Amino acid sequence: MWILLTVLLVLMIGGAIFSLEAKDLLSAVIAYGIVGFGLVILFLLLQAPDLALVQIVVEAITLIIMIAVILNSTREEVKTKSKRTAAYVVIAIVFAGLFLYFFNRVTGSLSTFGEHMLRMSQAYIEPGAATTGSANLVTGVIFDYRGYDTLGEATILFTAVIGVLTVLRVKGRR
Amino acid sequence: MKGMTVIVQKVTQIMCGIIFLYGIYIIVHGHLTPGGGFAGGTIVAGSFILLIIAFSSEFLALKKEETGSSILESSAILIFLVVASIGLLLGGIGIFFINFLPKGTIGNLISAGIIPIFNIAVGIEVAAALLTIFLALLIYRDEVIK
Repeated sequence: MWILLTVLLVLMIGGAIFSLEAKDLLSAVIAYGIVGFGLVILFLLLQAPDLALVQIVVEAITLIIMIAVILNSTREEVKTKSKRTAAYVVIAIVFAGLFLYFFNRVTGSLSTFGEHMLRMSQAYIEPGAATTGSANLVTGVIFDYRGYDTLGEATILFTAVIGVLTVLRVKGRR
Repeated sequence: MKGMTVIVQKVTQIMCGIIFLYGIYIIVHGHLTPGGGFAGGTIVAGSFILLIIAFSSEFLALKKEETGSSILESSAILIFLVVASIGLLLGGIGIFFINFLPKGTIGNLISAGIIPIFNIAVGIEVAAALLTIFLALLIYRDEVIK
Protein backbone atom coordinates (compact mmCIF):
# COMPACT_ATOMS: atom_id res chain seq x y z
CA MET A 1 0.00 0.00 0.00
CA TRP A 2 2.56 2.59 1.09
CA ILE A 3 4.88 1.67 -1.82
CA LEU A 4 2.06 2.50 -4.25
CA LEU A 5 1.34 5.76 -2.42
CA THR A 6 5.02 6.73 -2.50
CA VAL A 7 5.36 5.97 -6.22
CA LEU A 8 2.25 8.03 -6.99
CA LEU A 9 3.41 10.94 -4.83
CA VAL A 10 6.86 10.97 -6.46
CA LEU A 11 5.17 10.93 -9.91
CA MET A 12 2.91 13.83 -8.90
CA ILE A 13 5.83 15.87 -7.55
CA GLY A 14 7.75 15.20 -10.77
CA GLY A 15 4.78 16.32 -12.85
CA ALA A 16 4.43 19.51 -10.81
CA ILE A 17 8.13 20.37 -11.16
CA PHE A 18 8.05 19.64 -14.90
CA SER A 19 4.98 21.82 -15.41
CA LEU A 20 6.86 24.68 -13.74
CA GLU A 21 9.97 24.22 -15.87
CA ALA A 22 8.47 23.27 -19.27
CA LYS A 23 9.08 25.65 -22.16
CA ASP A 24 5.94 24.64 -24.07
CA LEU A 25 2.76 25.73 -22.27
CA LEU A 26 0.67 22.82 -23.62
CA SER A 27 3.05 20.21 -22.21
CA ALA A 28 3.10 22.16 -18.94
CA VAL A 29 -0.70 21.87 -18.67
CA ILE A 30 -0.63 18.16 -19.54
CA ALA A 31 2.06 17.58 -16.92
CA TYR A 32 -0.12 19.45 -14.46
CA GLY A 33 -2.87 16.95 -15.29
CA ILE A 34 -0.64 14.21 -13.83
CA VAL A 35 -0.99 15.91 -10.43
CA GLY A 36 -4.78 16.04 -10.62
CA PHE A 37 -5.38 12.52 -11.88
CA GLY A 38 -2.75 11.12 -9.48
CA LEU A 39 -4.75 12.77 -6.71
CA VAL A 40 -7.87 10.90 -7.96
CA ILE A 41 -6.08 7.55 -7.60
CA LEU A 42 -4.78 8.60 -4.17
CA PHE A 43 -8.32 9.42 -3.02
CA LEU A 44 -9.56 6.05 -4.28
CA LEU A 45 -6.72 4.21 -2.51
CA LEU A 46 -7.41 6.11 0.72
CA GLN A 47 -11.13 5.19 0.48
CA ALA A 48 -12.61 8.61 -0.22
CA PRO A 49 -14.90 7.98 -3.25
CA ASP A 50 -16.82 11.26 -2.75
CA LEU A 51 -13.67 13.33 -3.18
CA ALA A 52 -12.46 11.15 -6.07
CA LEU A 53 -15.73 11.72 -7.97
CA VAL A 54 -15.54 15.50 -7.61
CA GLN A 55 -11.81 15.60 -8.35
CA ILE A 56 -11.92 13.53 -11.56
CA VAL A 57 -14.76 15.55 -13.12
CA VAL A 58 -13.42 18.97 -12.10
CA GLU A 59 -9.92 17.98 -13.26
CA ALA A 60 -11.21 16.89 -16.68
CA ILE A 61 -13.26 20.07 -17.21
CA THR A 62 -10.54 22.47 -16.06
CA LEU A 63 -7.95 20.68 -18.22
CA ILE A 64 -10.24 21.00 -21.25
CA ILE A 65 -10.78 24.72 -20.60
CA MET A 66 -7.06 25.39 -20.01
CA ILE A 67 -6.04 23.49 -23.15
CA ALA A 68 -8.67 25.40 -25.15
CA VAL A 69 -7.30 28.70 -23.82
CA ILE A 70 -3.72 27.73 -24.69
CA LEU A 71 -4.63 26.54 -28.20
CA ASN A 72 -6.37 29.86 -28.84
CA SER A 73 -3.59 32.04 -27.43
CA THR A 74 0.16 31.62 -27.47
CA ARG A 75 1.97 28.34 -26.82
CA GLU A 76 5.36 29.83 -26.16
CA GLU A 77 6.34 31.04 -22.76
CA VAL A 78 7.51 34.63 -22.59
CA LYS A 79 11.24 34.57 -21.93
CA THR A 80 12.37 36.28 -18.77
CA LYS A 81 15.94 36.34 -17.58
CA SER A 82 16.25 35.25 -13.97
CA LYS A 83 19.52 35.66 -12.20
CA ARG A 84 20.37 32.64 -10.09
CA THR A 85 23.14 33.70 -7.79
CA ALA A 86 24.67 31.59 -5.06
CA ALA A 87 22.77 33.48 -2.37
CA TYR A 88 19.40 32.31 -3.72
CA VAL A 89 20.57 28.67 -3.75
CA VAL A 90 21.86 28.93 -0.16
CA ILE A 91 18.58 30.50 1.02
CA ALA A 92 16.55 27.79 -0.75
CA ILE A 93 18.61 25.00 0.81
CA VAL A 94 18.35 26.53 4.29
CA PHE A 95 14.57 26.86 4.08
CA ALA A 96 14.16 23.35 2.65
CA GLY A 97 16.24 21.98 5.52
CA LEU A 98 14.22 23.93 8.09
CA PHE A 99 10.96 22.70 6.53
CA LEU A 100 12.10 19.07 6.53
CA TYR A 101 13.28 19.32 10.16
CA PHE A 102 10.00 20.75 11.46
CA PHE A 103 7.97 18.35 9.25
CA ASN A 104 9.84 15.48 10.83
CA ARG A 105 9.28 16.89 14.33
CA VAL A 106 5.52 17.29 13.74
CA THR A 107 4.85 13.96 12.04
CA GLY A 108 7.03 12.07 14.50
CA SER A 109 4.65 12.80 17.36
CA LEU A 110 1.53 11.69 15.45
CA SER A 111 0.24 8.14 15.37
CA THR A 112 0.36 5.95 12.25
CA PHE A 113 -1.15 7.38 9.05
CA GLY A 114 -4.81 6.52 8.66
CA GLU A 115 -5.28 4.86 12.05
CA HIS A 116 -5.72 7.94 14.17
CA MET A 117 -9.25 9.12 14.87
CA LEU A 118 -10.02 12.35 16.63
CA ARG A 119 -12.51 12.51 19.48
CA MET A 120 -14.32 15.20 17.50
CA SER A 121 -14.80 13.04 14.40
CA GLN A 122 -15.98 10.13 16.54
CA ALA A 123 -18.76 12.38 17.82
CA TYR A 124 -19.85 12.88 14.18
CA ILE A 125 -19.35 9.34 12.90
CA GLU A 126 -21.11 7.31 15.58
CA PRO A 127 -24.55 9.02 15.80
CA GLY A 128 -24.26 10.53 12.29
CA ALA A 129 -26.64 8.27 10.37
CA ALA A 130 -29.24 8.30 13.15
CA THR A 131 -29.39 12.08 13.65
CA THR A 132 -29.25 13.16 10.00
CA GLY A 133 -31.16 10.22 8.47
CA SER A 134 -28.64 10.12 5.60
CA ALA A 135 -26.96 6.81 4.76
CA ASN A 136 -23.99 8.60 3.15
CA LEU A 137 -22.23 10.23 6.08
CA VAL A 138 -20.33 12.74 3.92
CA THR A 139 -23.56 14.23 2.57
CA GLY A 140 -25.01 14.21 6.08
CA VAL A 141 -22.07 16.26 7.36
CA ILE A 142 -22.05 18.62 4.36
CA PHE A 143 -25.75 19.50 4.42
CA ASP A 144 -26.68 19.01 8.07
CA TYR A 145 -23.83 19.60 10.51
CA ARG A 146 -21.96 21.94 8.17
CA GLY A 147 -24.84 23.67 6.39
CA TYR A 148 -23.30 27.11 6.76
CA ASP A 149 -20.11 26.00 5.01
CA THR A 150 -22.08 24.60 2.07
CA LEU A 151 -24.03 27.86 1.79
CA GLY A 152 -20.69 29.67 1.70
CA GLU A 153 -19.34 27.38 -1.03
CA ALA A 154 -22.46 27.88 -3.15
CA THR A 155 -22.16 31.64 -2.66
CA ILE A 156 -18.50 31.56 -3.74
CA LEU A 157 -19.50 29.78 -6.95
CA PHE A 158 -22.28 32.31 -7.54
CA THR A 159 -19.86 35.21 -7.03
CA ALA A 160 -17.33 33.61 -9.38
CA VAL A 161 -19.95 33.38 -12.13
CA ILE A 162 -20.93 37.01 -11.62
CA GLY A 163 -17.26 38.00 -11.85
CA VAL A 164 -16.72 36.04 -15.07
CA LEU A 165 -19.84 37.53 -16.65
CA THR A 166 -18.80 41.04 -15.61
CA VAL A 167 -15.35 40.67 -17.13
CA LEU A 168 -16.23 38.78 -20.31
CA ARG A 169 -19.54 40.10 -21.55
CA VAL A 170 -19.02 42.59 -24.36
CA LYS A 171 -22.75 43.09 -24.75
CA GLY A 172 -23.17 44.46 -21.23
CA ARG A 173 -20.58 47.18 -21.74
CA ARG A 174 -22.34 48.78 -24.66
CA MET B 1 -15.49 26.93 -33.83
CA LYS B 2 -15.75 24.10 -36.32
CA GLY B 3 -17.18 20.76 -35.26
CA MET B 4 -15.03 17.68 -34.78
CA THR B 5 -14.92 14.55 -36.96
CA VAL B 6 -17.87 12.22 -37.58
CA ILE B 7 -16.46 9.60 -35.19
CA VAL B 8 -16.35 12.03 -32.28
CA GLN B 9 -19.83 13.37 -33.09
CA LYS B 10 -21.38 9.88 -33.27
CA VAL B 11 -19.77 8.74 -30.00
CA THR B 12 -20.91 11.98 -28.38
CA GLN B 13 -24.48 11.40 -29.54
CA ILE B 14 -24.49 8.00 -27.85
CA MET B 15 -22.59 8.93 -24.67
CA CYS B 16 -24.04 12.35 -23.92
CA GLY B 17 -27.44 11.20 -22.68
CA ILE B 18 -25.89 8.44 -20.59
CA ILE B 19 -23.50 10.90 -18.92
CA PHE B 20 -26.42 13.28 -18.25
CA LEU B 21 -28.47 10.49 -16.66
CA TYR B 22 -25.47 9.43 -14.57
CA GLY B 23 -25.16 12.98 -13.24
CA ILE B 24 -28.86 13.04 -12.35
CA TYR B 25 -28.43 9.69 -10.58
CA ILE B 26 -25.45 10.99 -8.60
CA ILE B 27 -27.40 14.08 -7.51
CA VAL B 28 -30.62 12.28 -6.52
CA HIS B 29 -28.86 9.43 -4.71
CA GLY B 30 -26.48 11.83 -2.97
CA HIS B 31 -27.65 10.89 0.51
CA LEU B 32 -27.29 7.14 -0.15
CA THR B 33 -24.17 6.58 -2.30
CA PRO B 34 -20.89 8.50 -2.78
CA GLY B 35 -21.36 11.77 -4.63
CA GLY B 36 -23.91 14.49 -4.18
CA GLY B 37 -24.77 17.89 -5.51
CA PHE B 38 -21.24 19.07 -6.27
CA ALA B 39 -20.07 15.93 -8.11
CA GLY B 40 -23.36 15.36 -9.94
CA GLY B 41 -23.65 18.99 -11.01
CA THR B 42 -20.19 18.91 -12.56
CA ILE B 43 -21.05 15.70 -14.45
CA VAL B 44 -24.26 17.26 -15.83
CA ALA B 45 -22.35 20.37 -16.90
CA GLY B 46 -19.68 18.11 -18.45
CA SER B 47 -22.24 16.39 -20.66
CA PHE B 48 -23.36 19.75 -22.07
CA ILE B 49 -19.78 20.93 -22.54
CA LEU B 50 -18.96 17.68 -24.39
CA LEU B 51 -21.91 18.27 -26.71
CA ILE B 52 -20.84 21.86 -27.41
CA ILE B 53 -17.21 20.90 -28.08
CA ALA B 54 -17.96 17.91 -30.33
CA PHE B 55 -20.53 19.71 -32.43
CA SER B 56 -19.76 23.31 -33.17
CA SER B 57 -21.52 26.17 -31.43
CA GLU B 58 -23.11 27.14 -34.76
CA PHE B 59 -24.56 23.68 -35.37
CA LEU B 60 -26.35 23.62 -32.02
CA ALA B 61 -28.03 26.97 -32.79
CA LEU B 62 -27.01 28.47 -29.47
CA LYS B 63 -28.84 31.70 -28.92
CA LYS B 64 -25.51 33.40 -28.21
CA GLU B 65 -26.78 34.16 -24.76
CA GLU B 66 -26.28 32.65 -21.36
CA THR B 67 -29.39 34.20 -19.78
CA GLY B 68 -31.13 30.85 -19.26
CA SER B 69 -28.37 29.14 -17.33
CA SER B 70 -27.63 32.35 -15.44
CA ILE B 71 -31.24 32.66 -14.26
CA LEU B 72 -31.32 28.94 -13.36
CA GLU B 73 -28.17 29.34 -11.30
CA SER B 74 -29.46 32.36 -9.40
CA SER B 75 -32.81 30.71 -8.65
CA ALA B 76 -31.09 27.51 -7.43
CA ILE B 77 -29.12 29.39 -4.78
CA LEU B 78 -32.32 31.26 -3.86
CA ILE B 79 -34.12 27.93 -3.31
CA PHE B 80 -31.20 26.78 -1.15
CA LEU B 81 -31.41 29.90 1.00
CA VAL B 82 -35.22 29.84 1.27
CA VAL B 83 -35.33 26.18 2.35
CA ALA B 84 -32.62 26.90 4.91
CA SER B 85 -34.56 29.90 6.24
CA ILE B 86 -37.85 28.00 6.61
CA GLY B 87 -36.32 26.23 9.61
CA LEU B 88 -35.72 29.66 11.14
CA LEU B 89 -39.39 30.61 10.75
CA LEU B 90 -40.83 27.41 12.23
CA GLY B 91 -42.14 28.10 15.70
CA GLY B 92 -40.48 26.87 18.85
CA ILE B 93 -37.04 25.79 17.69
CA GLY B 94 -36.08 28.40 15.11
CA ILE B 95 -32.64 27.20 13.99
CA PHE B 96 -31.09 28.04 10.64
CA PHE B 97 -30.49 24.88 8.53
CA ILE B 98 -32.59 22.66 10.82
CA ASN B 99 -33.84 19.42 9.27
CA PHE B 100 -37.56 20.04 9.70
CA LEU B 101 -38.97 17.32 7.41
CA PRO B 102 -39.57 13.74 8.65
CA LYS B 103 -36.45 11.64 8.23
CA GLY B 104 -37.99 8.30 7.17
CA THR B 105 -36.04 5.06 7.23
CA ILE B 106 -32.31 5.21 6.52
CA GLY B 107 -31.48 3.86 3.07
CA ASN B 108 -34.73 4.69 1.28
CA LEU B 109 -34.62 7.03 -1.70
CA ILE B 110 -37.06 9.43 -0.01
CA SER B 111 -35.50 9.90 3.40
CA ALA B 112 -33.17 12.22 5.31
CA GLY B 113 -35.61 15.16 5.36
CA ILE B 114 -34.33 18.24 3.55
CA ILE B 115 -30.94 16.83 2.56
CA PRO B 116 -32.14 15.59 -0.90
CA ILE B 117 -33.69 19.04 -1.56
CA PHE B 118 -30.37 20.72 -0.72
CA ASN B 119 -28.59 18.18 -2.94
CA ILE B 120 -30.82 18.94 -5.93
CA ALA B 121 -30.52 22.72 -5.40
CA VAL B 122 -26.72 22.56 -5.17
CA GLY B 123 -26.61 20.24 -8.20
CA ILE B 124 -28.58 22.72 -10.33
CA GLU B 125 -26.41 25.55 -8.99
CA VAL B 126 -23.09 23.87 -9.83
CA ALA B 127 -24.21 22.62 -13.26
CA ALA B 128 -25.63 26.01 -14.28
CA ALA B 129 -22.59 27.87 -12.93
CA LEU B 130 -20.03 25.78 -14.85
CA LEU B 131 -22.12 25.91 -18.02
CA THR B 132 -22.51 29.70 -17.66
CA ILE B 133 -18.74 30.20 -17.35
CA PHE B 134 -18.10 27.97 -20.39
CA LEU B 135 -20.77 29.74 -22.47
CA ALA B 136 -19.43 33.14 -21.45
CA LEU B 137 -15.93 32.19 -22.66
CA LEU B 138 -17.37 30.81 -25.91
CA ILE B 139 -19.56 33.83 -26.63
CA TYR B 140 -16.71 36.20 -25.78
CA ARG B 141 -14.49 34.50 -28.36
CA ASP B 142 -17.19 34.60 -31.02
CA GLU B 143 -17.87 38.28 -30.38
CA VAL B 144 -14.19 39.20 -30.39
CA ILE B 145 -13.55 37.34 -33.66
CA LYS B 146 -16.56 39.00 -35.24
